[in-house]
Amino acid sequence: MEATIDVTGLRKRFGSTLALDGMTFSVRPGQVTGFVGPNGAGKSTTMRVVLSLDSADEGTALIGGQPYHRLRRPLHQVGALLDAGALHPARSGRNHLLWLAHSQGLGARRVDEVLEQAGLVKAARRRAGGYSLGMRQRLGIAAALLGDPPVLMLDEPFNGLDPEGIVWIRGFLRGLAAEGRAVLVSSHLMSELQDSASHLVVVGRGRVVADTSVEALISAASGDRVTVRTTARTEAMTVLARDGATVAVTERDTITAAGLPAARIVSLLNEAGVPFSEISSHRATLEEAYMELTRDSVEYRAAPLATGREEAAR
Amino acid sequence: MTATATSHRSAVESGRAGFGQVLRAEWTKFRTVRGWLIATAVAVLIMVALGWLTGVGSHSSYDNGPGTPTVTGHPYVPLGPDGEAVNDRFSLVHRSLAGDGSITARLTSLTGAQVLLNHDDPSAPSETEPAPVQPWAKAGLIVKENTKQGSAYAAIMVTGEHGVRMQYNFTGDKAGPTGTVSAGSPRWLRLTRTGDTLTGYASPDGTNWTTVGTVRLAGLPSTVQAGLFAASPVVENVSQHLGGGGRVTGGKSQLTAGFDNLTTAGGFAGGDWTGTAVGSDDAQGLDQRGGFQQDGDTMSVSGSGDIAPDVAGSGDAMEQTLAGVFGTLTVMVVLGVLFITGEYRRGMIRTSLAASPRRGRVLAAKALVIGAVTFVVSLVATAVTVPLAEHILRGNGNFVYPVTGLTQLRVIVGTAALLAVASVLALAVGTIMRRSAGAVATVIVLIVLPYILAIAGVLPPGPSQWLLRITPAAGFAIQQSLPAYPQLSRAFTPAFGFYPLAPWAGFAVLCGWAALALAAAGYLLRRRDV
Repeated sequence: MEATIDVTGLRKRFGSTLALDGMTFSVRPGQVTGFVGPNGAGKSTTMRVVLSLDSADEGTALIGGQPYHRLRRPLHQVGALLDAGALHPARSGRNHLLWLAHSQGLGARRVDEVLEQAGLVKAARRRAGGYSLGMRQRLGIAAALLGDPPVLMLDEPFNGLDPEGIVWIRGFLRGLAAEGRAVLVSSHLMSELQDSASHLVVVGRGRVVADTSVEALISAASGDRVTVRTTARTEAMTVLARDGATVAVTERDTITAAGLPAARIVSLLNEAGVPFSEISSHRATLEEAYMELTRDSVEYRAAPLATGREEAAR
Repeated sequence: MTATATSHRSAVESGRAGFGQVLRAEWTKFRTVRGWLIATAVAVLIMVALGWLTGVGSHSSYDNGPGTPTVTGHPYVPLGPDGEAVNDRFSLVHRSLAGDGSITARLTSLTGAQVLLNHDDPSAPSETEPAPVQPWAKAGLIVKENTKQGSAYAAIMVTGEHGVRMQYNFTGDKAGPTGTVSAGSPRWLRLTRTGDTLTGYASPDGTNWTTVGTVRLAGLPSTVQAGLFAASPVVENVSQHLGGGGRVTGGKSQLTAGFDNLTTAGGFAGGDWTGTAVGSDDAQGLDQRGGFQQDGDTMSVSGSGDIAPDVAGSGDAMEQTLAGVFGTLTVMVVLGVLFITGEYRRGMIRTSLAASPRRGRVLAAKALVIGAVTFVVSLVATAVTVPLAEHILRGNGNFVYPVTGLTQLRVIVGTAALLAVASVLALAVGTIMRRSAGAVATVIVLIVLPYILAIAGVLPPGPSQWLLRITPAAGFAIQQSLPAYPQLSRAFTPAFGFYPLAPWAGFAVLCGWAALALAAAGYLLRRRDV
């Protein structure tokens, strides 16, 4: 089986709310794909549809070319973490994994292996009800790994993790991808995906806003603005504008030029003999790029209260 | 990025993921929640404890009238040839019959009377006053092993309202020609013995005979007692009142039967006819003055009592030891509901259905697990409770109606099966409703409320019987150990522990409900988003 998730044209309506509005994207093996968007953008709904838990009104969601409900041994093909709190509090973490393992014809030995992998051995025999959110996330990840699946789908796995946990999970996800797995990780905070995701699917209002590599997204958001610190502000503006740059004054002794690469600006200023003390090429953070992309969705989210309440009630 | 060469392949040995695995997963789920295991233990304890209380709380003693000493225990209850409790108290006018033979007589009159109790002196001869013939008052010809209560017999008779009957060994009853007798339309009766086979005949004219029935009384000795008899059962007035079940009041009735054309053939002993009050405490014989009068081939026989099975009033039915069934039921219903609603409440149902996308299998596995757990737990409870409580009851002087081993087994195993099916029904309702409290309330209302309404006498007998035909409470019929015999003029109503449906038929109604609920649950589970 090819380790892929292919989501095509998913539409789903909950009452008056359009939860998915033509959601289309693919997840490829060998990389961590970030699935980002504000709360209510349709990330969790998409994941439930992928797992055949919810049915879509239109569109398809395929795992390695097959709908999930046709998979013979689903946990050997897809490992999913939807909700770390989905546990019976009286059952120990180990027993929670044990029933899941039994459902796939796996035994206790495999359970102990994934407990080890998730760093949960010490707490394994305690009631899961007493686990911290971080421990529950680790248990959920252990559950997703039970069948050693080529496709992993984790919904907000960073929630409730302490900084150490976040660092651990980033490395862990990169490691899983390096083994040739397709890893889809959702988050409503772009910063959480920094340093782990190499590809991003940004969603808002039930559809994909951007489907791109992290590099491309950042450079697109950065534009190619260059900040020049100079005492000869007017001369510098004239020189750069003449060569096609869009120039703006930002501070008393700084201007920003867009439309020209930094190296070209340096040579232009040198040729014209305009003095400058500093040239810096601006690079947007992933967060800024994301904010830019999802501004529409966020505005939508902040719109009438009634809509927000409906979303929450769902 | 290319996907082809880099795809990860699962390195974990690939087990099967069929129904067996789902079943094992559900069993693992059940056994790993300690609270649920404790609840099953509580379910057993409730049943045993209430059975024990039923036993220790019940003491029996009686006396033989004012001024007589109180005796611990219960009055003697005769047992029939098959071991069941019987009524065997009637007037018998008999001779010995050695080997084969036949007796014939014409029944010309049946006269009813009510026996007035003399409260000042119960031992004084009873006064009577005229009263209608009781529907199941009976008189006719009988062949009986001996004059002891409970001995084997076969009899051909005319009843007050049920025509000619051939009855034998207390439970056997075959209907013959209908209609009662009077001087204008008498009824000829004949009873023939050949070996251990007895045949009863009836005729309107002594010429044209109809065979009413032929029965074989295995092990009948060569010499038996044969003759005429009369019996008239205790009058029962049943009143049902709110919350109190039924109440029975009544008095002794009497039947006087007039025979003529009395003839015998075969091995009858010569000499006078002997009158015996079968089942009389003081062994006082019938005499020409009181019990029977003979004038040549004309004879009049008066008698009270009955020759019939005894199914109520003498003691406790074995299922009364299972009073704890409702406690156990409640616990197992809650467990059945929680087995699925607990998953909905915490979103774990998504994990379950992602692991086993064939949702019908998950429901079936859950039903099997909760059903099997409840069956085993309940079977332990009933198998301990019934013998324990019966032992205590008998030790305290109570009479516990004896039943056959098969009936005992049916009540013990059937109650466990009843609880198992109820827990499956609870699981199904829980799946449909997805809410614990609502589902538990619904199941209890479906099963227990109709039972209470019917049994506690809240409703009149008619609606009560309908409730126990169509609601899941019909399943409690599996607990009824004593059958309702049509040849008894008793109130076989739910208030007295008698169900309108046969044990397995009632159980089948409950199973039908569970199956319907399970089908609806399966449909919804497959169709709904989770």
